[in-house]
Amino acid sequence: MNELRRYYDIIFVLTQKELRTRYKNLGLGYIWSLANPLAYSAVYYFVFKFVMKVKVDCFPLFLISALFPWQWFSNSVGVAWITYLGNAPLIKKVIFPRNLLPFVVSFQDMLHFLASVPIIFLFMAIYSKPFTWWLIPGIPLLSVIQFAYTYSLGLAISSVNLFFRDLEKLVGVFMTFLFYLTPIVYSSDMVPEAYRPYTVLNPVAPLMMSWRLLFFEGRMDPGLLGLSVVYGILFLVVSHLIYRKLVWRFAEVL
Amino acid sequence: MSTVIRFDSVSKHYPRYHHLSGGIKNFLFNLPKSIRGLREDRFKALEEISFSINSGESVAFVGRNGAGKSTTLGLIAQVLKPTTGQVTVSRRVSPLLELGGGFHPDLSGIENIQLNGVLMGLSRKQVKSRMEAIIDFAELGEFIDQPIRTYSSGMLSRLGFSVIANLDPEILLIDEVLAVGDASFQEKCLKKISEFKKSGVTIVLVSHSENDILRVCDRAIWIENHRLRMDGPAGDVMTGYRDSVSHP
Repeated sequence: MNELRRYYDIIFVLTQKELRTRYKNLGLGYIWSLANPLAYSAVYYFVFKFVMKVKVDCFPLFLISALFPWQWFSNSVGVAWITYLGNAPLIKKVIFPRNLLPFVVSFQDMLHFLASVPIIFLFMAIYSKPFTWWLIPGIPLLSVIQFAYTYSLGLAISSVNLFFRDLEKLVGVFMTFLFYLTPIVYSSDMVPEAYRPYTVLNPVAPLMMSWRLLFFEGRMDPGLLGLSVVYGILFLVVSHLIYRKLVWRFAEVL
Repeated sequence: MSTVIRFDSVSKHYPRYHHLSGGIKNFLFNLPKSIRGLREDRFKALEEISFSINSGESVAFVGRNGAGKSTTLGLIAQVLKPTTGQVTVSRRVSPLLELGGGFHPDLSGIENIQLNGVLMGLSRKQVKSRMEAIIDFAELGEFIDQPIRTYSSGMLSRLGFSVIANLDPEILLIDEVLAVGDASFQEKCLKKISEFKKSGVTIVLVSHSENDILRVCDRAIWIENHRLRMDGPAGDVMTGYRDSVSHP
């Protein structure tokens, strides 16, 4: 119980620290957390709807229903490299569970995503999509699964990046590939039939497809959901193996 | 008296991480050489050190720069693991207090106290109730609300020591932090350390000030060239160390 209380306190102050150092002002921080994904949405809307004339109904909602979750994912993974590097003084001096640092970063990004969900609701209302009861378990469930993804990847990347400082650049390139290989600006059934079965080999695909299904059609697919859970658990296990192998050398390399 | 810190023929070797600093690309292109480098080219920071410190003792580590004093403290603080041998620490250790230790430059003094207090083992409630005392001790005036990147090194050590002074450590680790404060603050810190000592806290100090060492510590351990050279009453060890520095 005491241990749990201590974890809670550490998570609390670290989250507070992240919020304070990333945004001086909480109100502006909230606006930023909306402005960033909205700006991306606007650009993709322009390119794919106006220029390339993709034929999808309710394209703005179609886009943000997967792009907002993706933004959370890519933000968390994109800043992960600096998590341990940027907290060198803490790691060199104080003993505390080091995995709480990436935990807090991903947690904070999840809060930002949840803060942007009302915008998705707004677009659902505009396109008179049904608000089904699936939304109630669906949003927390998918959020937890995605949290497992981002926390695991954050943990692994920030740990390994201490030893190989150019990992950050490789991750950046990789994320660009991943973005276009995941059904976000297109839907999975636009993929030619021959390649479609391979879509779900990309761990992010079933998750993003689940989000879109939830917001766009108001339902969930057990197959996609189960696959996301399996990937999530796999990520957790592998990243903790990496972390446990490296953690006691953190203070040496920093 | 019970032993609280025990080193059993402890050695600490660091791989030279510059084999990695070229990044993944270089590492892979020179794979055999890189791996050999990590395995064989190692820096020996400590060799076969053994000692034990009893509860309530106050011990100073002395030696030239780079002798291995800070590595010893890192091992006691348990942020480092020994390569061979065993380190046993059976009480709660204060964080390694060092210049600017654990502070975030963009946060204000108060925000850093909140963060560090909790990371150093207090609950949020305890930090809140001790905040007043910590701020008073630091004597930073209105700077306490400023981001600490605007602090001087002396002010940083004030802040650092104030947080530590209001923890309740069982083992207090102090690494050359007293040197940068002004005379009156140094005096205040030494008084506080003496108070800790009276109340039975085990104190481990790294310092280059003979005065501070003789005032605070009963015992000193002299580390030279990564090995233990002498271990005994502070006065005797300091005499030996002083002689070797002036007549090498």
